[in-house]
Amino acid sequence: MSNPLLEIKNLKTSFRIGEKYYAAVDDVSLNVNENEVLAIVGESGSGKSALAFSVMGLHNRAKIEGDIFFKGKNIANLPTKEMNKFRGNELSMIFQDPLTALNPLMEVGRQIDEVLILHKSNMPKSQRKKYIIELLERVEIPRPKHVYNQFPHELSGGMRQRVIIAIAIANQPELLIADEPTTALDVTIQAQILDLMRELKDDLNSGVVLITHDLGVVAEMADRVAVMYAGEIVEIADVDTLFNNPQHPYTRSLLSSIPLLDDAQDKLHVIHGIVPSLKHLPREGCRFSARIPWIEEDAHEEQPTLHEISPGHFVRCTCYKHFYFPDESKEDQNHDVAKS
Amino acid sequence: MTLLKVNDLKVHFPIRGGILNRKIDAIRAVDGVNFEIRQGETYGLVGESGSGKTTTGKAVMGLNNITDGEIYFENELLNKGSKVNIRRDIQMIFQDPYSSLNPRKRVFDIIAEPIRNYEKLSKQEEKRRVQELLSQVGLSPESILKYPHEFSGGQRQRIGVARAIALKPKLIIMDEPVSALDVSVQAQVLNFMQELQEELNLTYLFISHDLGVVKHMCDRIGIMYNGRYVEEGTKEEIFNDPQHIYTKRLVAAIPDIDPKRRQDNFKFREQVKDEFTNSYNDYFDEDGLAYQLKPITDTHRVALPERG
Ligand SMILES: Nc1ncnc2c1ncn2[C@@H]1O[C@H](COP(=O)(O)OP(=O)(O)O)[C@@H](O)[C@H]1O
Ligand SMILES: Nc1ncnc2c1ncn2[C@@H]1O[C@H](COP(=O)(O)OP(=O)(O)O)[C@@H](O)[C@H]1O
Ligand code: SF4
Ligand SMILES: [Mg+2]
Ligand SMILES: [Mg+2]
Repeated sequence: MSNPLLEIKNLKTSFRIGEKYYAAVDDVSLNVNENEVLAIVGESGSGKSALAFSVMGLHNRAKIEGDIFFKGKNIANLPTKEMNKFRGNELSMIFQDPLTALNPLMEVGRQIDEVLILHKSNMPKSQRKKYIIELLERVEIPRPKHVYNQFPHELSGGMRQRVIIAIAIANQPELLIADEPTTALDVTIQAQILDLMRELKDDLNSGVVLITHDLGVVAEMADRVAVMYAGEIVEIADVDTLFNNPQHPYTRSLLSSIPLLDDAQDKLHVIHGIVPSLKHLPREGCRFSARIPWIEEDAHEEQPTLHEISPGHFVRCTCYKHFYFPDESKEDQNHDVAKS
Repeated sequence: MTLLKVNDLKVHFPIRGGILNRKIDAIRAVDGVNFEIRQGETYGLVGESGSGKTTTGKAVMGLNNITDGEIYFENELLNKGSKVNIRRDIQMIFQDPYSSLNPRKRVFDIIAEPIRNYEKLSKQEEKRRVQELLSQVGLSPESILKYPHEFSGGQRQRIGVARAIALKPKLIIMDEPVSALDVSVQAQVLNFMQELQEELNLTYLFISHDLGVVKHMCDRIGIMYNGRYVEEGTKEEIFNDPQHIYTKRLVAAIPDIDPKRRQDNFKFREQVKDEFTNSYNDYFDEDGLAYQLKPITDTHRVALPERG
């Protein structure tokens, strides 16, 4: 097999709170291949954005340990100047919050032009303008010639997000990291943007890291899925396996909390408790056990680690074997496991 | 029983310009909308952003002046010309639990505020009422001394709900109540809204662009596009038998939770998109507005092309 496009090895990203550093991403290892969409899912506070920012080298005061190989080169802790050669070019990111990612004082067209100039300085101005208008068309912005001269605040949230996407794909990146790219958009526009990302992947053979909490989007887009909780990967599998044979209690809880379109369940599953804050993350033993309090103490592992239970399907710890939802009896559950 | 009846509602906002800042044009945010909500049901209002959902909700709440039309609540006309009466038995919950609560006020004052507007209670009674409301929405009575930022997103949405139910309303308008929340928290809030509805015999106008959530929550659904209705029907009619090209497009765009159907969905979506583009001029007039709704069953109304 060829080398992965992106290879993250034992990444630990820690933030300083008071005197101490606390890891928001804790020993995460992941690969993304060319022409592959890897989705990362998990509740907010799980560490998804912290992970993305680490890859992009955008944290300014975090401690980053471990390795991040992009096309074989270790880019972890690379000086800004060197990182800038990659960023916005081979490596680019769509941010969650369109308002903070755009310069409020600059016209949309000029903002896109800036990224172009940075990496394609030999393209003449008139050609760049034509290209930018095409880009705006591709992200389904109506009246692109007009929008070219508008300021971010004159656009709706959905339009701004599309501008961000245009900037991110302007230089046809080899790796695109998209942090909740469509969360603020209407479904019809979301569908178009997802198609666009898919096209980009197919045309350019790009790798995509898609961070989202929308499991429908994951099902439609991802080749593989990593489920993240409290800074750790708790399960990773190809998309069919993850939806049809999820194992970790957290994955199963997430899946049962979404309103399914097929059958109107009466009650949605509610995951007990909340994602602990960084300072209060349990660092010893199991991180998720507090959110499934009905499971007996002795069912949990002392040091849950990832196990490969079938090729490419990794699940943290073994207590998924004992897990059941409070409204199903334990016997049912054991029966199911025996069957599968 | 019909609780709310909205009759040919129009809300236009003036666009001003020129040196004299005269009205030069108008945004037709809501442009001839008709619907009825029955006591006890959850009625969904769906459409892309800018289609006029919030403006419709605010008009019913009395937060917007209206340009034309009538709003009846329990058969009583609420508007006198353009002014809509504010009623204590209609309340609204907003999308963003972060910005809809005054950050400088304690939970106690946030929840007590609507009560103070309508009732004279002693401090003691007021405190008891607020604590009762908090426990009704599953927050501890000690919360009264805290500020909104001390709560999680889901908890803040509950504070908004406590405030909305403080005056024992009959109708609650929920404008994207869970759009800003995580799935797990969203599940919590949706379950809780359903429980509360039964407990207090509430009627909901549920505004959302998330069709998964709408399908889970609503009995009947209206689809808005560009200030007008394009279709209205029961949940089953809208999701299983959409008739208007816009509704079809909307339903086709919903991400499917089964990865195996991905290719088929993709093809189907392309097909629907083509149908939308090709028959756009049949379904919308020169100004891009939908036609009048025509009934196709007792419960299903569609803005079908005028001719043919
Ligand atoms: N710059 C920072 N300083 C301190 N803590 C942070 C910082 N950025 C994120 N965190 C914390 O790290 C954890 C993970 O956050 P984040 O990566 O944003 O999660 P997600 O993107 O999954 O919602 C959270 O507890 C968050 O509060
Ligand atoms: N106070 C206002 N003044 C001018 N235009 C407004 C005002 N409120 C809403 N609009 C416009 O009316 C249209 C409908 O908006 P809105 O009801 O918020 O849509 P939705 O809630 O469906 O996203 C939009 O074009 C919006 O810009
Ligand atoms: S010990 Fe149990 S709760 Fe913990 S990671 Fe394992 S399955 Fe989860
Ligand atoms: Mg994030
Ligand atoms: Mg709105």
